[in-house]
Amino acid sequence: MTWQLALEQALNGVQLGLMLFLIAAGLTLVFGIMDMINLAHGSLYMIGAYAAASVAQASGSFALALVAAVAITAVIGVLLETILLRHFYARDHLSQVLGTFALLLMINEAVRMIFGSQPIMLNTPQALAGPVSLLPGLRYPAYRLFVIGVGLAIALLLYVLVARTRTGMRVRAGASNREMATAMGVNVRVLFTALFGVGAGLCALAGAMLGPILSVQVGMGESVLILAFVVVVIGGIGSIRGALVGALLIGMVDTMGRALLPALLRSVLPPAAASSVGPALASIAIYVLMAAILMWRPQGLFPARG
Amino acid sequence: MKRTIAALALGIALASPLQAADQIRVGFLSTLSGPGAALGIDIRDGFNLGIKHAGGNLGGLRVELVVVDDQQNPDVARQAVERFVKSQKADILTGVVFSSVLLPILPAIVQSETVYISPNTGPKDYAGEKCSPYFYVTSWQNEDIPGAAGKYMGEKGYKKVYLIAPNYPGGRETVEGFKRLYKGGTTEEVYTKLGQLDYSAELAALRAAKPDAAYVFLPGGMGVNFIKQFVAAGLNTEVPLFLYGSSADEDTIKAVGDPMVGLFNTAQWNHDFDNPQNRNFVAEFQKEYGRLPTMHASQGYDTAMLIDAAIRDVKGKIEDKAALRKALEAANFKSVRGNFRFNSNHYPIQSIYLRQIVKDAGGRITNKTVSRVLADHADAYASSCTMR
Repeated sequence: MTWQLALEQALNGVQLGLMLFLIAAGLTLVFGIMDMINLAHGSLYMIGAYAAASVAQASGSFALALVAAVAITAVIGVLLETILLRHFYARDHLSQVLGTFALLLMINEAVRMIFGSQPIMLNTPQALAGPVSLLPGLRYPAYRLFVIGVGLAIALLLYVLVARTRTGMRVRAGASNREMATAMGVNVRVLFTALFGVGAGLCALAGAMLGPILSVQVGMGESVLILAFVVVVIGGIGSIRGALVGALLIGMVDTMGRALLPALLRSVLPPAAASSVGPALASIAIYVLMAAILMWRPQGLFPARG
Repeated sequence: MKRTIAALALGIALASPLQAADQIRVGFLSTLSGPGAALGIDIRDGFNLGIKHAGGNLGGLRVELVVVDDQQNPDVARQAVERFVKSQKADILTGVVFSSVLLPILPAIVQSETVYISPNTGPKDYAGEKCSPYFYVTSWQNEDIPGAAGKYMGEKGYKKVYLIAPNYPGGRETVEGFKRLYKGGTTEEVYTKLGQLDYSAELAALRAAKPDAAYVFLPGGMGVNFIKQFVAAGLNTEVPLFLYGSSADEDTIKAVGDPMVGLFNTAQWNHDFDNPQNRNFVAEFQKEYGRLPTMHASQGYDTAMLIDAAIRDVKGKIEDKAALRKALEAANFKSVRGNFRFNSNHYPIQSIYLRQIVKDAGGRITNKTVSRVLADHADAYASSCTMR
């Protein structure tokens, strides 16, 4: 493997990882602070993508689409939390899973009714459509670089917000011990509604930015939700830092697995066997990683609760 | 003995009225949502146009058509088949796009002695020893179209070809088909997950492998995404790309646009075929749906025309299943692709053509037929079919 290929695959892994981080960040806080399993989190990602596609089609501006998608989805997230999800906090995990799963199905059907079951096209902005030369012999899609840039900026912003501000301190306090935080005067209810809105907005940003790379369609949230849960579990429930590390790890392992495993197997196994084992192994690589990490550290890499 | 008598009694009971039914129940199960939806929708629209051209009925019988979306999910398909076969007593089933959906449901259909006519996937499983009197394919055997590409690319002197296909029976058979007729070079194969939409890792590996050319079979939204990302990575200036017909069809062209001009692909049909039934089909399809038909639309249309002809040949007596099957075998219809006949395994014997995407005089980006690559081609499995 040449260094260009290694670098290109690393960029691919980082790009996937950062997008997973945007989705997992909200999920891990909701899970960590309110002890709430929200299966409808992926639906917010889908809503964000559809909102971006609609605004982009209507206005022709991708930047406007990004902003609008985040705003619309954050509002929807806040409404969902105050009207519906709030009532599930006191319930056990099974009720939460059933309730939010029902929500997921309803949102899917609603989107199908409004937008139809055919995927919607969301194109990359013209300025970012081509490749850029990073180094001699290494050309990389401009749009993916843009995604990496935005992802990094948001990750940094979140880090400062959570680690350096008073609000962030309250969030961390809520994640490590909710009762104690409440007793110390943190208004957990308001904090949580705000958090839910931010989580929804981050989800929408991921959906809107991945829309042009993937496709905007009903059910796009589910596959991403599973990955996000893997990230949350690996990183440690409630930990933003864990979510970032976990997401980058998953992005890297998934990309490298797809890129390297088949070739690696070809050098040890006969071609026919390698071609059937390779893709199967690549697609389960991240779950193997999750199992290994959980065996080593059952609480995840950076447990929020001491 | 008892069984023979029972069978006789049943035979008499069924045969004695032998009145022509006044309607035919057709169960149409296809992928109408998700990334594979474009294919299913075109097959459905082609099929409906076929019914319309047959006078709003099939072979003179009123059509009771039930359309179900299989969501590219074998479990959904299985439930639908159960309903079609048991409660709705469908006479003919058709429509499935993907072999990963069709293969799990086909045993139950064949066992219930219901005729299934495949307007798309032609799996090798049912082309050889397991060929069935109830199973017909109006499209192609899965190896036909990639085989033509393999033959062409071998003759053009591409020594190292990079193959990409999804990891499911249709994808694997496509790669096999390519390799069967590709001579004079080596291939490297990459299998992706069915339904995968992000190809960043595969594209980076493709660039590093520096092949003479790449051949890609990624039906539906997978292909649209792959080609877009191929262009975004700048690979279109580095590696010649050859496509499976459906990834280079009018729907994909509409989604991707200019970067597709110049690409070669193979298929059994193109909208510029100059025969009366095809001119009529293409014109009417555009009038009805406001877009150019794809090869999948032509397959749906031919399927309706085949059923129409068979029912006409048995004079509407579809209760006589043996006669109906015989009439289907005869394929007494005019295919929009020109010559069409069934092989002994009920898969087509047909020609496969090279097409190129061009910008025509009116500035429209579309497929143009270049040459015939395989003439009256029969698949490699028919010889082991005994059709019991």
